[in-house]
Amino acid sequence: MKEYILKLYVTGQTPRAERAIANLRRLCEHEFAGRYEIEVIDVLEHPELAEQERILATPTLVRFLPPPLRRVIGDLSDSDKVLLGLDLSAPPPKADNTGSRQP
Amino acid sequence: MTDIIAITKIPSHIPGFDHVADGGLPSGRTTLVCGTAGSAKTILAAQFLAEGIRNAGESGVFVTFEESAADIRLNMRGFGWDIAAWEAEGRWAFVDASPEPSHETVIVGDYDLGALLARIEHAVSRVGAKRLSMDSLGAIFTQFTDSTTVRREMFHIAIALKRLGLTALLTAERTAEYGEIARYGVEEFVADNVIILRNVLEGEQRRRTLEILKFRGTPHHKGEYPFSIINGEGMVVIPLSAIELKQKSSDVRATSGSADLDTMCGGGFFRDSIILVSGATGTGKTLMATEFMAGGANQDERCLLFAFEESREQLFRNARGWGVDFERMEREGKLNVVCAYPESEGLEDHLIRMKRTIVSFAPQRVAVDSLSALERVSVPRGYREFVIGLTSFIKHQEITGMFTATTPNLLGGESVTEAHISTITDTIILLRYVEMYGEMRRGLTVLKMRGSRHDKDIREFTIDARGMHIGKPFREVTGILAGVPRHASGGEIEVIRHLFSNE
Repeated sequence: MKEYILKLYVTGQTPRAERAIANLRRLCEHEFAGRYEIEVIDVLEHPELAEQERILATPTLVRFLPPPLRRVIGDLSDSDKVLLGLDLSAPPPKADNTGSRQP
Repeated sequence: MTDIIAITKIPSHIPGFDHVADGGLPSGRTTLVCGTAGSAKTILAAQFLAEGIRNAGESGVFVTFEESAADIRLNMRGFGWDIAAWEAEGRWAFVDASPEPSHETVIVGDYDLGALLARIEHAVSRVGAKRLSMDSLGAIFTQFTDSTTVRREMFHIAIALKRLGLTALLTAERTAEYGEIARYGVEEFVADNVIILRNVLEGEQRRRTLEILKFRGTPHHKGEYPFSIINGEGMVVIPLSAIELKQKSSDVRATSGSADLDTMCGGGFFRDSIILVSGATGTGKTLMATEFMAGGANQDERCLLFAFEESREQLFRNARGWGVDFERMEREGKLNVVCAYPESEGLEDHLIRMKRTIVSFAPQRVAVDSLSALERVSVPRGYREFVIGLTSFIKHQEITGMFTATTPNLLGGESVTEAHISTITDTIILLRYVEMYGEMRRGLTVLKMRGSRHDKDIREFTIDARGMHIGKPFREVTGILAGVPRHASGGEIEVIRHLFSNE
């Protein structure tokens, strides 16, 4: 189990979707290398998953773990703002209560 | 699909609406419903789907941006719509896009509403929807502050709805009852069809109206139509001026309940006519209505009395005092007395209830005592619409109708009711006080009677334990109707008589 589970909802393979995926991967590699998992969900193929999470806009990034749920909408072009939006502005120290989940 | 195909309409099945809309909503198109807060936009949006399910077997999708699906399910229960059951049957689907306080959302960069559209299409195909309601546009603009993006995305959604062949309602807020159609410039992409709902405060009364501003390429009735929101039913539109004036007329006479009055009217009232009885308080209007009822019941007709001034007990006691047994008539199923306080509800609701009672009881004659009591619960315009609506409805049913109206002055004078309805009534009977030698006496005259000869005299009438008795004409008195009776000497009368003689 990874420490960070992020799901990215996109609509098809549009330039905006590609851009968001690339931005997200770059950011995660930079900040949480080896500790994250990204799932990309195409709402055209899985509208029921969008329904379940009540997603309206695409791209929407949802932080599933650690709780609580956090959402960021847009192509994630500004890494600092994304981290702020996910409430992950600084990597958590090793000794906090999420420590047990670390690999 | 080509543009040459004429625009068809689907009946909404919302009571009265299809009459005003000349058949219903333009099929396969989106209609914008605009209104201020509290103008019943959500109810209309939900009822459009509910009526489709109940009356046309058409499934629907409700997209909500404002209230949660749970709230809507609960709020619409009062109208008798079991949305949860329809959802279970796969005939109603929600796309809940209402804001969730627990979802903290930050916007970073470009986005679209692709997920919303995907969810809508998913819901439409899941229930096989023909109808769709979206409520309300303003709320999505508050959720996403970038209005350029939202406008562009709503435009995409509108195109998608057309492609899916859905007949849709899209609600939008207005800031004022009269002014720009809606905020956010949404008219640009759904400007083909616009309905405006209003909830105007006029003279301390709320008046709800519906106006079809435009249906591009297809006819509809113009102007504002009153509507009402009724528990257990939802919205009921009252298509007043859309009512066609094509009543049949009948030569059959119906007794007034008084042999003397029948004689004055050339043998009785006409079967499908409206009789207005006007007089000051205490001149005998309720008595005339009572005798009118009794006269019908004696001939095995079904009679319906709407009373707005007196309680049931009072009416029954009064009738007994005039030798009429209302209790027996009711027991035999010939009479139905419905009492209501004018203030108990708005005029639109009164009208709807009265129509419903008339339909369910199916009477041959109806009396309203008094119509003018309803004047005080509405603005003049609303009252006029009420009177026209009731009159034309009664005439359509081929019922004899008697309305009483109270004049404000004891002597002479006319009431607002007379001014409003004298032209649409067929017979007018005036009851007046006549002061003679220090004594108040009562006078009666048949002022007009369409299509019949009638007595033009002003006759004295008296009331005793057996009811009303019409006596001789007042001779040697002039000015009764003007409220200033004056005694004329025999010589004067002779002079006047000679004025009009042929010799």
